[in-house]
Parts: sequence; structure tokens; C-alpha cells
Amino acid sequence: MLKTSSKEMLGKLGPLLGLFLIVIVITILNPSFMTTDNILNILRQVSISALIAFGMTFVILTGGIDLSVGSTLALTGAVAATMLASGIDPVLTILAALLLGAILGAVNGIIIAKGKVAPFIATLATMTIYRGLTLVYTDGRPVSDLGNEITFQMLGKGYFFGIPVPVCTMILAFIVLYVIMHKTTFGRRVYAVGGNEAASKLSGINVDRVKIAVYSLTGMLAALSALILTSRLNSAQPTAGTSYELDAIAAVVLGGTSLTGGKGWIFGTLVGALIIGVLNNGLNLIGVSSFFQQVVKGIVILIAVLIDRKKTA
Amino acid sequence: MIEMKGIKKAFNRNVVLNNVEFTLLDGEIHALMGENGAGKSTMMKILAGIYSRDEGDVLVDGQSYTFTSAKDAESLGIHVIHQELNILPHLSVAENLFLGKEKTIGRTGFLRTREMNKEAQTLLAKLGLHIDVRQPAGSLSVGKQQLIEIAKAINSEAKYIVMDEPTAALTDREIETLFDTIRELKAKGLSFVYISHRMEEIFAICDRITILRDGEYVGVREISKTSFDEIVKMMVGRELGERYPSRDAKIGEVALEVKGLTCPAVCKDINFQIRKGEILAFAGLMGAGRTEVAQAIFGNLKKSKGDIFIHGEKVTIKSPIQAMKYGIGFVTEDRKTEGLVLDFSIKENMFLTNLKSIAKGSFIQAQQEQLQATKYIEQLNIRCSDATQSVGSLSGGNQQKVVIAKWLSTKPDILILDEPTRGVDIGAKKEIYSIMNKLAEEGVAILMISSELPEVLGMADRVIVMHEGRQTAILDNVDLTQETIMNYATGGEEVVKN
Repeated sequence: MLKTSSKEMLGKLGPLLGLFLIVIVITILNPSFMTTDNILNILRQVSISALIAFGMTFVILTGGIDLSVGSTLALTGAVAATMLASGIDPVLTILAALLLGAILGAVNGIIIAKGKVAPFIATLATMTIYRGLTLVYTDGRPVSDLGNEITFQMLGKGYFFGIPVPVCTMILAFIVLYVIMHKTTFGRRVYAVGGNEAASKLSGINVDRVKIAVYSLTGMLAALSALILTSRLNSAQPTAGTSYELDAIAAVVLGGTSLTGGKGWIFGTLVGALIIGVLNNGLNLIGVSSFFQQVVKGIVILIAVLIDRKKTA
Repeated sequence: MIEMKGIKKAFNRNVVLNNVEFTLLDGEIHALMGENGAGKSTMMKILAGIYSRDEGDVLVDGQSYTFTSAKDAESLGIHVIHQELNILPHLSVAENLFLGKEKTIGRTGFLRTREMNKEAQTLLAKLGLHIDVRQPAGSLSVGKQQLIEIAKAINSEAKYIVMDEPTAALTDREIETLFDTIRELKAKGLSFVYISHRMEEIFAICDRITILRDGEYVGVREISKTSFDEIVKMMVGRELGERYPSRDAKIGEVALEVKGLTCPAVCKDINFQIRKGEILAFAGLMGAGRTEVAQAIFGNLKKSKGDIFIHGEKVTIKSPIQAMKYGIGFVTEDRKTEGLVLDFSIKENMFLTNLKSIAKGSFIQAQQEQLQATKYIEQLNIRCSDATQSVGSLSGGNQQKVVIAKWLSTKPDILILDEPTRGVDIGAKKEIYSIMNKLAEEGVAILMISSELPEVLGMADRVIVMHEGRQTAILDNVDLTQETIMNYATGGEEVVKN
């Protein structure tokens, strides 16, 4: 959106360079990383967390945060699964789940905008509430026997011209969200609210409405992730999505979006999500123990943020 | 004794103090006066070690010092009580008094609470304050908190106490108590620098007065040998010259009328009308409630009473969005916190108020945006590389023009400008005046808030003066003098109109 100098451009492409670097190192250590199957596998895994991270980018751009995404995923997934299990039309189920996600998000937005509660606190509370509701709703048991409706099966397991449907969904969502963020008046307002809320309000921007909208969008994207996950596993787990909010925030930050709001872009988030996905997969392939993987992931995030700090200082 | 000689201070290339003198004798109360932006605060911040000076000398008892921090100054007994008190409301009175100087058992870090409470009690009793020192400081009135600040200063063995607008939030009775305390301490040899806009207080308590204007030293006077009139003249006395372009606007029907506007604690019973093509100025001192009146009209501040009429029709305005629907624009006082998104480019800022004008449906038309922005850049003579330059990198004057462009793009009928030329250089100032004149000629009703009296006299058709939340005068700008306005603004005696 902004015209940028070459130096800024380099800064923006930093995450991409980081991704290439990680890919190269992993490929050298284990060439089987670079196979079509493995790449598609990574992309399919990434698609679920990337969708959530896309929504998180909007929220963080307004200067907020959403910790409830994982719980939203679990609750919408459980509801969708029970609807399918009781034989409700898959298209209707998908629409209902997306709507539910949007409503759960809107509740966050309303608490934050109208109740003037700090986003961290508001969504910390709803994170617990939504998780609790999921457990109550499912009685703590997974929901399975979802039937064999091809429409729903495609969502997580299908292929479209050889590309997994979740990956197609992610790319499509990316394009739509990219356009919303950078080409529409809504996107402009999102940046403005995060850049200077007081000035935005005094410019006649309905700040509350913008905030409610970004949390709704994030809730809906979490529901979309839930549908993909439920389809892939052919069941809904009440504990699904636990700590997904942290991966999403990490992806946004890795992508160079500022946690204070107003600065960032969704392409960076896509790259950030890919970095996390590649690390998860690559560290497995080169035989790093799953315990140690966490340490490596944390260090990568730290390095990325430290480089970012240097750049802006 | 403190002597400040030939003090010079500049921020970037903006000189805020130039060759300023100030002498504080032992056992005197010395007023420091000047208009907003005259350099009083900067001067005191240099004395307190918060800012460093570029040139000049600070002598304490004849010895030259260069302070690098507030601690340095405090160690010589210089203590500043800021307008916003430094009281931690949840800590007890005694804890506040001993903050940073706690008495401990050896070096263990364990507090000698009982001892400190006792000492605090004695100290406050000396100042005539008989309260339980264990209660939270926040539960006391502002007047008592003010006394606690003084006690804090005494507790750290202050010899020179600077007080910045100490009475702004006090009742008459609390002011009396404060003055008694100050006089008593003066008798014990302590010195005070007293910064205030309230003339009557200065005459009541001070021994001498130093006056600054535009960062320059104007003079020092003995209070007993000067007059209200002389001081006002020293504060404002400058020539108008050709700084204000003339305009030829037809004053039409009433565009905005405000009746009985009241906001709790900030303004009371404000009544006025503005006509099309008219520039109405709000004069007064900082904190007089002028900005709040504007914010209330614009729906950004809740009003408890009062009606607003636009073109004769009563309207309800509860948010900026509603105000904008009625054709009101608002160039806010602080462009960095309320006017601009600093990370945005010029063009992105310009249309925040009116995204529809550059969009088709929900989609922003990049070409249209660029074209319109370029038009405003040319019209307002904004000096920049192009419309994509970030506003954060523009000079104050050009930033202000971007804010004005933001509101021009909404084609307002009524435009409020709050301190439109603050922090703007002379050249850009004149350009902003020309823009205002042009708008008035086109029939826009303009409400300008300004603390610069020459600007008020140079631009306004009529002037409303406010003092402590009340409207003290509505004056036609005919043979109007700065002295008259200053008189109403400081709550002085009414002068006979010439």
C-alpha cells in the first residue's frame, strides 16, 4: 500500500529471506525435505494455522490481540461435527459454523470496543469461556462418526488439480484478505485505528465498528480452520486448537507486524506461518527431538524480533 | 541564591530560550510570567536538571554548576513541584513523603515504618496539616496533596522550590492555606519560584517578577513598584505588522449557535453564535476550557447541558461522526496525537475523514486518491517530495496543512481550528491564515481557538474570552487591545472600554 524505499523493501522481505535460509539449511541436512509430497504436506499443515494467523493480523493491526482463537476453533468444530453426525446438510453446517465463529468473535469485539476492556484480558476470559462451553457441549468426549458427505470430506482431504483443498482455501483466503487489507476503505480504517485511535475517532471513523469487525473476521477464520481440521481428522476434539493462538501470534510477529498496531502486512504473516510450518516439519526430518524443537522455535522467534528491533531503532 | 545568566536553548533549530536572565534571592518568592510558549517551563526544566542548556551559566551561591539529571539539582536543594502532582495515590502519605529515601534497618531493605510515620506526622504538623499519615495519599484533596508535595521537598532539604501553577485545581480556602505555608517557609529562608497565570495571586504573594516573551528576557520588577498594566504590556507587547493578511468576507446568517453549553468540571454556560464567513476566536489561557468547548461541540466530549443549533435547527451531536454529518470540521490542537496517523503517507491521512471521496463502493481508487492529494498539496502549498511521503517526516507547518486538507476534503460549513499555528514557523503561519481567510470568503464559519493574542487580534471578527471554564467576555474586534483580552483571561478587574 505504501510506496517504500529500497531499504524498507529489504526490511519487508526480511522474513522471506529468513524462510529461504531455513529451507536451504534443512534441505542440505536432509534432501528428502525437498520433495513435492513433503512440501504439499507442510502447506496442508500450515493452512490451518495460517488462516487463524491471517485473522490475527487484522486484530493486531488495530492494536489488539485475540487469545480466544483456539477455543473458538474447538467450539465451532464441535458444533459442526455434531451437526454432521446428526445428518444435517454439509453446506448448511459449514455456513452455520462460520456464522458461529463470527458471532464468537463479535462477542470479543463488543466486550473490547463497547466495554473498553483491554483485548488481552477480554480474550483471555473468552478463551476460557469458549473452551469451557466446548467441554460442556461435548461432555469432554470427541465427536466422531461424521458420515461420508463428499462436500465435507473434500474440505480437509480433497485435492484440486493435485493441490490439497486446504492449501487452495488458504491461498484463496490470502488473496481475498490481501485485497481487503490493502485496497478497501475497511483495510485503511484498520490501519488507521491501530496507527492512531484518537485521530481516527476524530476523523469520523467508527472505531468500535472496525474493532468488532476484525474480531468477527478472526472468529470466522478460526471456524474455517476448525472445519478443515474436523474434516481431516473426521472427528472434533474438545481440546483441539489448544495454544493455537500462540502460533498465530508468532506467525504475525515473524512476518514483521508490529504488536503496537498500525504497521504490518498479511504477506508477512503468510511467510511467518510458513517459517513455523517448515521448522516443525524440517526439525522432525533432521532428527531433532520434539522436546528440543520447542527451544529452536522459540530461538527463531527471538532472533526474528531482535533483528526487527535493530531495524526500527 | 540562584543566578541563571545568558541561558540559551534550542530544540533542533527552534530557539526557545535566548539569552535569558533569572535571579532567585534567598528568602524571596519570585514570579515567572509569560504567555504560553514564552519559555517558562523550559527555563525551569533547565534549572531542575531535566534539560541541558546550550549556552549560559547556572550559579548556585556563586558557584557554577552543570546539572545532568534532576538528582543533581535536588542535591543542591532545588526542587520542582510540577503542575501534575507526583503523588502515588495508593501509597500512604508517609510512604509518599519518604519515596526513594526510605529509612531502613541497616542495609537490609526492611523498612522502619513506625519511625517514618512518626517523622512524617511531625513534619506535616509543622505545615499545619493534621492528618493520619497512614491513609492513602489519593484520598486527600488536591490542596492537601499540594502541601504533601511541599513537605516532600522540605523532607529532602530543599532550599529552592519551583511551583508550576500550584493553584490551578485549588479552592480559595486551600489557596489561603498554601499561601500561609509558603510565607512561613519564606520567613525561614526558603525561596520559591512561582509560575502562574493568575495576576491577583502574584500580587498577593510574590516579591519580584521576571517576565519572558517568545523565549526572550523582558525584564524583572519589584511587585511593590509595578502594576497590573505594566506586567501585561511586558508580556504581550509586540507589533502586529503585516503578519495577518486581510480578507473580504461577507458575513451571512448564523451557521452555528451554542446555548448554555456545560461540561462537568471544564466549562459552564457557554453561549455564542457564529455566522457564515465569520472568524470567531476563543481567547484565554491554557486550561481555561476552550478546547473542551470545541470537543463538546464536535461530540467528542460529553456535555451535561446545553443545546447546539446548526443553521437554526436544533441538533443532537454525540459523536464526531454526527458532527461531521452536520458539516462540522475540527482541526485538533495536537496534530501528533489527535490529528495525524504518523506512519501514514500524506495522501492516506488526507482522506481519513472522507474515504468515500476516493473510493468506488468499498474499493479505494488509488489513482483518484493520488490525483486529489496532489490537488490539495498544490492548493495548500505543502512542501513534500510527493503524496506518498510519510507525514511523520514533514515539518510542523506542513503537517498542520495536511490536517487542514483532511477537513477541506469534507467540505465543511463550520470549521473549528484549535491552535492552528502552534509550533508552526512564521511563513507557514501566514499561509494558514490565508487559507482561513479564503474559507471565510467562501462562506465557511470559522471558530479559532488561539492562545496567541496577536493572532486573535489579527484574524478574528469577534473574540470570546474564557477564564476557568466560564465565558468572561464577547468582544468585537474593533479597537480591541491585548491588554483588554488578557484582563478578562486572567480574571482581572474589568477595564473600562475605550
